[in-house]
Amino acid sequence: MSISAQQKSFKTDKRRLFKDRFAQYSITAGGVMVLVALLLIFFYLLYVVEPILESAKVEKRTDVSLSSEKNYVGIGVEEQTEIAYLLEDSGSVDFYRIKGDSSGQLMKSLDVELDGNITTFAKSAPFLGLYAYGLDNGAIKLVKPSFLVTFPGNERLITPRIGYPLDGEQLLVDEQEQAIAKFAFSYYEDKAAAVAVTEDKRVVFAAFTPEENMFTGEVEWLIERTELDIDGRVNELLISPDTSRVFVRSANKVYIFDTRDPAEVEQFQVLAANEENANLVSATLLAGANSLMLANDNGEVSQWFEVNTEDNGRQFAKIRAFETEKTNKLDIYTEYYRRTFFTTTSSGDLGVYYTTSEAELWRGKISEQAIDTFAVSPRSNAVLSLSNNTLSVFEVHNEHPEVTWSALWNEVWYEGYPEPAYTWQSTSASDDFESKFSLVPISFGTIKAAMYAMLFAVPIAISAAIYTAYFMSSELRRVVKPTVEIMEALPTVILGFLAGLWLAPLIETHLPAVIALVTLLPVAVIATAFGWTKLPASIRHLIPDGWHSILLIPVVLFIGWLSFAISGQIELWVFDGNVRQYLTNELGLTFDQRNSLVVGIAMGFAVIPTIFSIAEDAVFSVPKHLSNGSLALGATQWQTLVYVVLLTASPGIFSAVMMGLGRAVGETMIVLMATGNTPIMDWSIFQGMRTLAANIAVEMPESEVGSSHYRILFLAAFVLFIFTFVFNTLAEFVRQRLREKYSSM
Amino acid sequence: MVKQWFKSGSPWIWMTGGAVSISLISVIGLLAMIAWKGLSFFWPSEVVELKLEGSVPKQTVIGEIYDREMVPKSRLEAAGYDLSAYQDEYIERILVKTGNREYVDLDFRWILTTDIQSQTKPEAMAVFERSKNGNFYGYVERVIEDGKEVTNAPKERLVELVERAVDLNEEALDLQNGDIGHINYELERLRLKEKKYALDNALTDEVLADLESQRAELRAEYKVLEARLFELRKKAKRDQVVVRDMRGELVTLPIYQVLDLWFPNDMGFFAKLGHFFVQSGKFISDDPREANTEGGVFPAIFGTVFMVMLMAVIVTPFGVVAAIYLHEYAAKNAVTKMIRIAVINLAGVPSIVYGVFGLGFFVYMLGGSIDQLFYPEAAPSPVFGTPGVIWSALTLAILTLPVVIVSTEEGLSRIPSSVRHGSLALGATKAETLWRIIVPMASPAIMTGLILAVARAAGEVAPLMLVGVVKMAPTLPIDGNFPFVHLDRKFMHLGFHIYDVGFQSPNVEAARPLVYATAFLLVSVIIALNITAIGIRNHLREKFRSLEH
Repeated sequence: MSISAQQKSFKTDKRRLFKDRFAQYSITAGGVMVLVALLLIFFYLLYVVEPILESAKVEKRTDVSLSSEKNYVGIGVEEQTEIAYLLEDSGSVDFYRIKGDSSGQLMKSLDVELDGNITTFAKSAPFLGLYAYGLDNGAIKLVKPSFLVTFPGNERLITPRIGYPLDGEQLLVDEQEQAIAKFAFSYYEDKAAAVAVTEDKRVVFAAFTPEENMFTGEVEWLIERTELDIDGRVNELLISPDTSRVFVRSANKVYIFDTRDPAEVEQFQVLAANEENANLVSATLLAGANSLMLANDNGEVSQWFEVNTEDNGRQFAKIRAFETEKTNKLDIYTEYYRRTFFTTTSSGDLGVYYTTSEAELWRGKISEQAIDTFAVSPRSNAVLSLSNNTLSVFEVHNEHPEVTWSALWNEVWYEGYPEPAYTWQSTSASDDFESKFSLVPISFGTIKAAMYAMLFAVPIAISAAIYTAYFMSSELRRVVKPTVEIMEALPTVILGFLAGLWLAPLIETHLPAVIALVTLLPVAVIATAFGWTKLPASIRHLIPDGWHSILLIPVVLFIGWLSFAISGQIELWVFDGNVRQYLTNELGLTFDQRNSLVVGIAMGFAVIPTIFSIAEDAVFSVPKHLSNGSLALGATQWQTLVYVVLLTASPGIFSAVMMGLGRAVGETMIVLMATGNTPIMDWSIFQGMRTLAANIAVEMPESEVGSSHYRILFLAAFVLFIFTFVFNTLAEFVRQRLREKYSSM
Repeated sequence: MVKQWFKSGSPWIWMTGGAVSISLISVIGLLAMIAWKGLSFFWPSEVVELKLEGSVPKQTVIGEIYDREMVPKSRLEAAGYDLSAYQDEYIERILVKTGNREYVDLDFRWILTTDIQSQTKPEAMAVFERSKNGNFYGYVERVIEDGKEVTNAPKERLVELVERAVDLNEEALDLQNGDIGHINYELERLRLKEKKYALDNALTDEVLADLESQRAELRAEYKVLEARLFELRKKAKRDQVVVRDMRGELVTLPIYQVLDLWFPNDMGFFAKLGHFFVQSGKFISDDPREANTEGGVFPAIFGTVFMVMLMAVIVTPFGVVAAIYLHEYAAKNAVTKMIRIAVINLAGVPSIVYGVFGLGFFVYMLGGSIDQLFYPEAAPSPVFGTPGVIWSALTLAILTLPVVIVSTEEGLSRIPSSVRHGSLALGATKAETLWRIIVPMASPAIMTGLILAVARAAGEVAPLMLVGVVKMAPTLPIDGNFPFVHLDRKFMHLGFHIYDVGFQSPNVEAARPLVYATAFLLVSVIIALNITAIGIRNHLREKFRSLEH
């Protein structure tokens, strides 16, 4: 070989070596990618779910020192949390920048136009964004700080303004024009109302309803005033935003008035609401205004809302209590829309709580001095606190306060419910609706559906597997096994469609047939078997052993036909001609057309091939010398099967059941189509359910990305993932062990 | 004796045998039922004329008999029927599809057989399949062609006129979807182009003028096409047919709404067979009508096939490489064990979980990033950041990955090691052995895996509901507009079609036969794919068995 040829050959060898290495590395990378894919799914689901398990965070953004001459009584912030406004007791509004480079700068100071002298100040429910000054002439003036956003030269410019609702008109609360000492008000959906304590200690409720003048088209206010009867000094006044309830706190008592009809104000209830050995210090209404929050000086904050009682109809009742700081000045502030509340104390402590999930989200000291007043931003992503002439701005990260481990898995007492309950109700038409995310009913539904499916599938699949593997003649087995296994390929959407549109109505009209089938079939099989032994041997020998199942096909078909044929007769004799009525009236069972029985049968169908295939393999691969030995020692076929073969194959059968269960738990389309998808908790076979998988399929397309609902649906998927992961890994592990055992035998 | 028989365990053996019988009956029965119900949809059923009197006022009902059932007399009496004249405990009732939806309250009605005075099958009975309001049943009275009545062989002429109108309608539709659709598409592209220039600050007067001239050109073209479209439609609307319906009234049907016409009671077996094949063909090639409850399923077939092919292209290389790694390269260590567990679990994870993952990861994360990077001009409407066919294919590719891996690995394990050793002994590298010897030998196994994966993907619906399937897609993922293949589009799918029509449609009763037909189509495709795969696998086993000796 010449040198150049040798060099060339080296070169090609090098290239070949390189190619070989390259192939090795890229194929290894491809193999590892499978693992990466599984891990990616796991971690991505976790990544989406994780924020709901995080607790809230409160971080200081900035401090703004204010002039010490002014006495601010109300604060607030606009949606972008760029500009804060402070309302002075003398009737002016100051706007400060609280974000960016010019943070701390006073932008503008505007005076409120008033007719009278200011005596007091009040704020509305946060979501209305209204403030009002009480005047010495018995009137109140509503003020609304607002922001005009413009884009001159493609840059956002926010201009603060003061708006005056009700066309700037002052509302005369007290007819006697006495100065107002304390008041509460609301103006929502064209209805205004106020409740006030006047200088001479009268408590006046006034409702203002607009009425359009038919001729001039001008709006006139129809005013109805009522004096409320209260014993003792009034400490606090509250009014619900829709003006339907008025709460008057006098020391430890809360008087509640029904003000839905302003012409006929009635006392609704009087609560002695303080905790044992404690006194009430403040009260406020939670967002949605169905709940009353009361703070005690021992640090306990209690939530009260209306529940149905047997004797007195709807009554306020104490639902739950939160432990906060023990202090004599404990104030409660609420968010715009969610049921979060904040507590502030005279020693500068802040607590963040969520009522429904009973969660303490955050607690800490935010100021060395007492907190004078406090406000939450419209998007609940920031809070302002005013103490000792310093305005502090905090960023709040609290996206999912309603979701906690206990709210997902324990009974929760929702507003308006008579008692704590497991409820899944993610959406509703109304705005102040509180989403109810309990995973218990849908997990229950998943287990129920899987259980009925397994109840149907396991006996049939395992019996069939045993027969096919152990008794059936080999030529028949070659046909039967693939036939059953092809069912695994059948799309579940077709099984679901048949279950929902064919099987469900069939079972509804022929319920007795199902009962007859279940009882008659085993009897008929045994009778056939016995009859077979009585036949002359010449006939019996025509059919070889291992063909029983073919012999039984006509029997099963006949029994099936018979059950349906006599269904009507059974219905007439046993159930008075109508099973459904009988079930409802005599047994007190509700009957849904799409019920657990239908799901059990349809989903059982879907898992039979899975269980059958694995169990059959397990039984078939039991070494023949074991069973032959047993038979040689005089055991019957059946004894050999039970004591030798099944015992040896039992781990394999277990693994088959696990695989089947994994499939039943995650099945979506069958459950979606064959049940009513109502999230109820009831073991009844005649009622439906909602499962985790079906729930995801129904609600995922319409859930908002990043919302609590979206993340909880991911959590449901994650639960399914973990569940099937555990079952599949366990099954695979058992199967591996079994394979090793067989190979050593 | 009986006791001893029980003790021998023989009855229990029979019981296990019974379980096999039940399984077999249910599998075969299920398939047979779907086939029967699916295929009978296309067979022209006879139309009966029933004269009724009794519990209902005297009237005539014309329609197809859909269903029969026996109802206990007591239940009917409880519902307010007077049946004292009848002795039987059960009364039969039939469900009749009367069609003529715009003239009667219900196009399906239950009729007690006791009310039927006479039942005839008039040969002159005609069935009109219409593009609106479903079928119409009645007797042809007059045929009006261009305002004049046809006197010479009106029925034969009617068939010709229907064909003429169908052709004209088709031409109009082609024009609308083809050329006019193309112009709309181009106009939309120009709009996006302009927005893109504006975003890049490159929207000069020149560019603007250029865009405007292009637009003007397209609009002029549109005007011409529109005129042609209107002309075609006007032409199609020329003729009418007057039909006497079951109320005895004369109804004028515009022929352009009639898609087909037949006289079922006047058909012989072969005529019916011909009709059966024509209807089956139409089912496969037509677009759906009337909120999917009528017409064909062509877009669903197209969508399913396209998505599955896209998925196959993605899944095959990955699955094969992973299988080769596991069988040829992997050492016996913890990583290999974990990969095997991963394969088992990928096969076992519920499909809806893949859907959730696909929606979050592919659609929102990946698709959202693509939109931000490459399609800023389309904002706020998403291009790839919304469910679409590419995301469905990707999601199903992960779902079917284990199928390909398991099948390929099985094929690799059947290749005798002597073949490998021979190749290596002759000096080939491992990569060369793989590429030249092993992979070609395993290709039928890869094929098997691929077919099984395709069969699995074709039947999977739950994840698709989240990542791209819709009930009605206005356009196919492939069309004549640049870039011809639109991977971002949503698509229709046979499995979802079954769910949607069967459970979400306003008239489930009318839609049910169509659902059965769709189900039959889907099942037969999937079973055929599976049987092919099993066939290839068995063939492969035999081949290598002979190789070993």
